[in-house]
Amino acid sequence: MKKLILLPLSWLLTLVSAAQTTFPVNGVADPRSGSYAFINATIIKDPATTLQNATLVIKEGRIVSVGNGAAPADAVVIDCKGKYIYPSLIDMYSDYGVPASQRQGGAAAFFGPQQFNSNTKGAYNWNQAIRSEVNAADLFGMDDTKAQPLRELGFGTVLAHQKDGIARGTGVVATLSGKSENLAIIKERGAAFYSFSKGSSTQSYPTSIMGAVALLRQNYLDAQWYKNRPAREGVNKTLEAWNEQQSLPQIFETTDKWSGLRADRIGDEFGVQYIIKGGGNEYQRIKEIAATKAPYILSLNFPDAQKVDDPADARFIAWSDLAHWELAPSNPAVFEKEKIPFALTAADLKDLKTFWPNLRKAIQNGLSEKTALEALTTTPAAFLNITDKVGRLDAGFLANFIITTGNLFAEKTSILENWIQGTRYDINAKSSTEWNGVYALTVTGGGAATRYQLEVKSSTLATVKAGEALTTKFSSDGNLVSISFSLKPTTKVIGTGQKDSVFDNRQAGALIRLSGVNYGKTWQGVGANEKGAPVSWVATRISETIPAKDSSKRSFVKPEARIVYPFSSYGNAVLPQQETILIRNATVWTNEAGGKQVQTDVLVKGGKIAQVGKGLSAAGARVIDGTGKHLTPGIIDEHSHIAVFSINEGAQSVTSEVRIGDNLNPDDINIYRQLSGGVTTSQILHGSANTIGGQSQLIKLRWGADAEGLKFKGADPFIKFALGENVKRTAATQGNSRYPDTRMGVNEVLNDAFQRARDYEKAIRSGDKTVRKDLELDALVEILDHKRFITCHSYVQSEILGLIGIAEKYGFKVNTFTHILEGYKVADRIKQHGANVSTFSDWWGYKNEVRDAIPYNAAIMHRLGLNVCINSDDAEMARRLNQEAAKTIRYGGVSEEEALKMVTLNPAKALHIDSRVGSIKAGKDADLVLWSDNPLSIYARALYTMVDGAIYFDRQQDGEGRVQRAAERNRLIQKMLSAGKNGALVIPARPTAQVVLHCEDHEEADGILAADAFEF
Amino acid sequence: MKTFAYIIFIFLALPAMAQDAVYPAKKQEGIVVISNGTIHTGTGRVMERGSVIIKDGKIQKVSDHAETVPGATVVDATGKHVYPGLILANTDLGLREIISGVRGSNDYYELGDYNPDVRSIVAYNTDSRVINTLRSNGILLANIVPRGHLLAGSSSVVQLDAWTWEDALYKADNGMWLNLPALLKSRRTGASDPVKAGMRQIEALKIFLQEAKAYAGAADHKEVNLKFEALRALFAKKQKLYVHADISRQILMAIDLAKTFDIEVVIVGGSDSYLLADLLRQNNIPVILNSIHALPTLEDDDVDQPFKTPALLQKAGVLFALNDDETSSRYRNLSFFAGTAAAYGLPREEALQAITLNAARILGIDDRTGSLEAGKDANVVVSTGDILDMEHSTVTDAYIQGRKIDLNNKHKQLYDRYRHRYQLQ
Repeated sequence: MKKLILLPLSWLLTLVSAAQTTFPVNGVADPRSGSYAFINATIIKDPATTLQNATLVIKEGRIVSVGNGAAPADAVVIDCKGKYIYPSLIDMYSDYGVPASQRQGGAAAFFGPQQFNSNTKGAYNWNQAIRSEVNAADLFGMDDTKAQPLRELGFGTVLAHQKDGIARGTGVVATLSGKSENLAIIKERGAAFYSFSKGSSTQSYPTSIMGAVALLRQNYLDAQWYKNRPAREGVNKTLEAWNEQQSLPQIFETTDKWSGLRADRIGDEFGVQYIIKGGGNEYQRIKEIAATKAPYILSLNFPDAQKVDDPADARFIAWSDLAHWELAPSNPAVFEKEKIPFALTAADLKDLKTFWPNLRKAIQNGLSEKTALEALTTTPAAFLNITDKVGRLDAGFLANFIITTGNLFAEKTSILENWIQGTRYDINAKSSTEWNGVYALTVTGGGAATRYQLEVKSSTLATVKAGEALTTKFSSDGNLVSISFSLKPTTKVIGTGQKDSVFDNRQAGALIRLSGVNYGKTWQGVGANEKGAPVSWVATRISETIPAKDSSKRSFVKPEARIVYPFSSYGNAVLPQQETILIRNATVWTNEAGGKQVQTDVLVKGGKIAQVGKGLSAAGARVIDGTGKHLTPGIIDEHSHIAVFSINEGAQSVTSEVRIGDNLNPDDINIYRQLSGGVTTSQILHGSANTIGGQSQLIKLRWGADAEGLKFKGADPFIKFALGENVKRTAATQGNSRYPDTRMGVNEVLNDAFQRARDYEKAIRSGDKTVRKDLELDALVEILDHKRFITCHSYVQSEILGLIGIAEKYGFKVNTFTHILEGYKVADRIKQHGANVSTFSDWWGYKNEVRDAIPYNAAIMHRLGLNVCINSDDAEMARRLNQEAAKTIRYGGVSEEEALKMVTLNPAKALHIDSRVGSIKAGKDADLVLWSDNPLSIYARALYTMVDGAIYFDRQQDGEGRVQRAAERNRLIQKMLSAGKNGALVIPARPTAQVVLHCEDHEEADGILAADAFEF
Repeated sequence: MKTFAYIIFIFLALPAMAQDAVYPAKKQEGIVVISNGTIHTGTGRVMERGSVIIKDGKIQKVSDHAETVPGATVVDATGKHVYPGLILANTDLGLREIISGVRGSNDYYELGDYNPDVRSIVAYNTDSRVINTLRSNGILLANIVPRGHLLAGSSSVVQLDAWTWEDALYKADNGMWLNLPALLKSRRTGASDPVKAGMRQIEALKIFLQEAKAYAGAADHKEVNLKFEALRALFAKKQKLYVHADISRQILMAIDLAKTFDIEVVIVGGSDSYLLADLLRQNNIPVILNSIHALPTLEDDDVDQPFKTPALLQKAGVLFALNDDETSSRYRNLSFFAGTAAAYGLPREEALQAITLNAARILGIDDRTGSLEAGKDANVVVSTGDILDMEHSTVTDAYIQGRKIDLNNKHKQLYDRYRHRYQLQ
């Protein structure tokens, strides 16, 4: 009852509003109702509802009815027998009609020139990459050259935004109508957009992913603070816009599975559930993705096969890239299986024409047609809260629909027409099959009539026959047809068999040309015969050919590559599990009062060291014979830069707001490589680009865990500081413009930062509610409050004393001096201050400030009673930290056991985790390494490396896996080769980059595939 | 006794605060017998309690028992190990004092693509502070190599105890150095093909070499071309062509140069050389492996690939040397690279050979050094323990051409200075 009343009412409203516009008419008014009825169609109202022999009625750009009723009297009736009608598709990740920003930005290199402030003119945000003030609706302009290719794919509606910046403002929901912007826009602000990429921003900050995260986080806080219109801020139109956009759907563009998870974590912090635009490899971590409950937008941009014919090229493509090529088309299917709602987009495709082939590929890989249709219609409509307007065919909805020759997903189906807001766009009407059939063709001229047969196979293909097939050219445009044919048969030249013919062999090859109109079942027209004399002709259909059903069998493929964790040739299908393990009869370096104990057993249970002693036994334990072998605590690397996507936020001298933990990369092969060198815990430090760097992240090397799973839970938070040449940008190629440029200035940066932090803390404690929450200062306040601890990159004695001076002035302690190659010169003062030290064993001479570095540094500092660690700062050296520790024996005569402590217990102490790790004692974490030899010998190799009682590295297994890894690589290479042979697009081979990060402190040769993070 | 020695040591060391007081040794006089040590000849032989007799700067005799020579200076090597002096086969030592940020300290990389006439030796600084830190780790000879774009110039071998480069010269212009383009496909889509570009560069290089070879066919020229003149030695096989080549295409091109121009070629770098080991052996192309304390090239590669590459080359019968080009530790860990190779399958004496005799062979100085054999220069190192292992080895004595060299260095001096400050023993 309700419906009955509502429907005509809404119809009425539409009519009234459409009838009156502000636009004057130059001439005589031409009001049209646009009333059409499409009858006898198979109508897919929505992915769940299909009507047979149904009628669609539209008027005034909207749908009047869908069902089995009769066509209204005023409607133009179109017979759609044999045809399908679907709702037009929706692409919610488009930039249609929105001008692209001029791209000029790009991440600043470590030593590149700097831009400190935004170049955007006006009362906007301090950071050029926060562009919430941009509304795509203000920029939107129709563009037929871009609209038509999308319409050809079947799209009718897009959500378009300017794909530029970290906060990108709002997107506009518009149809692909070519009539007017005013009518095409159906929702001015459809969603707000975000990303981790600063796009065209030329401003230096942020240079890193973690900087982008920090910037977003601070903006959420600033926007909240701005609601009270703080006088000190004045007008900030960006924050104003940001606040207004929060009620819209929030869409976050990500580039891969990890960045999706990262975006979701930011959302969680601020109570926002982003819709995430995926990067295409989410299937590699689908459980974690599903757990976020985030809806997704997926592109169909699958990797192309690479040219691997030449083994010299194939050698440099990693399994992870080869397998991704095989598995990427299964990404949508995996989402469906996990019941994660997702929309599909044509974005990212290098060639829009690959949209349908790729979608079919996704379907072959297990995506159901129903979900595919939903992902292009109802799902995006639901995401955008426009389910009353588009996405299905129902009364009151926009008249956006496509007419096809059959099932939309079948390979042979063509989209004939795309109707948008009641306007017809011809897509491929030619491929309509309704003309097909056999026609009797009579050509009359010069008093004679010649009969032929015309076989029409499509609107572009037809053959004239005179007994035999004749060479025929056929074309049509609308219902205008053009036929020319030679009397020469396609096979051989023969004499005419037609009795009325005036044709002889000499004229064989001359053309008869006909031009006419298709009037439905009869075609008629005029032309010229082979002699050029005028003729007239008529063709009458004598039989209809039944259009062949799409007989191509739906083939399903099952990719063979296994999902392993992490997605690396060294990944595991099942993560290593905690076991009960008994290591028997080993030399156990306890790092405890008992020291090094020979012929000793260690029992591991529930992730902990259960017992250390002789003659131990445990039922059901896995027994490892340690005879002749050495068991030590896992190596702890106090200074590492592995397993991250970015390491330096170098755009400002103080960036305590950035967090390494925001951008962990659990796929980094260096995690596994370091396990092979006995490392179990690493402190991942921010680089040394600036004086106050970012917050550190302690991880355990749980190869295969996700970013959260890597984190060393419950450990004290740390932060990286740096002094000297790097922070004053000594090696800057174009000079340095960033304060400080001297060690004098470095000291003042510190002085200023802590003074500001102290004043900030005071203001907060005084109860001042107008204080802007400042994440940069929060981290410094934590230092002042002894809740966060400093690891400071430092080299020369003056700067060491300088920082000690600042620390003592502000009443905190520097926790650790790292590198500290001149520590030996002021070891007594460091001891008095109470800091730990972490150094290189034998590095020197790689820049001016390490001119006086000596390999005896560790030994001197050790002898002065400092807690000394030896660290790597280098992904390769970390694999041999035991050897680096051994060098302190050679240089300065440190004892064996004390030397080993420098890479185990001492860093545990420096990191405040010595109650958990660093020695072998009942109750401690079972982070252990079994070595083939004395661990301080160069001949020692880690046989087993255990984290939390699970064996993450097993040298024998690693060796055995080599054959299988090679075979799997070969399988994929062969598959790529055969894909190329079968006509797939093949692109040149692309070597897989090996991203190796360091603090940019020293030169490293990381191999020919090494790449810096900012290349990505 | 030990304490006494320390006091003496401190007394001796204290006035010598700067390295300037570490003097090159005088010519050897008399006879030195290194006695009762474990002699590693560098040719694969090990003699427990053997002796090395040094006279006139040469090794007079190596024997497997204690030797007494009347009037000789006896060095008691009981419990110690005796080795040939280690050889750094490819280094910018003396050309590059501070790696980054101090441009003025650098003389190792000349401008231009074709610099065959450039000679490293004229820029070699015998007063580099780095040199003495290498001697105390057993490195007594080094091949000083110019870096550059393509054809970088010629290297010379020096001994590491000299007042001037003229004194230091051990073998002049032993090698011509070539850097090949990467010949690796681009990581970026749509980029132009770097392999093609590299091959064009190599074609141009070949034309240059063809013209140089033709030029070398005549003794006199109306106009002298210094670049071509510098290549005469190469075509006369008095000099080898050292080619920086890591991956297969580069190595194949290097072999091609050897065949095309009938010259002797050495592969330098060679991170993927194990994949072409058979081909290298068949063509008698030796390899200098740069730092094997390196990450594997591709994430799929065996985690220990660089460590085991030496063993693979050895098994395939390829002549190879190990080299230390680590700029952060400044080349002092050469012997430990050999140790790592030994830990990953290379027999220990073969590992030693890779930093002594093999290096000498490749550099063309094996007639004079590289092993402890009678008649060769007395370039000898005595160590407290296995020199391949950092754990317990300290170099106690070293001889270059029989001269007992001072093993003090800047680091030991700063060590002493601060032991003094803190009153540490």
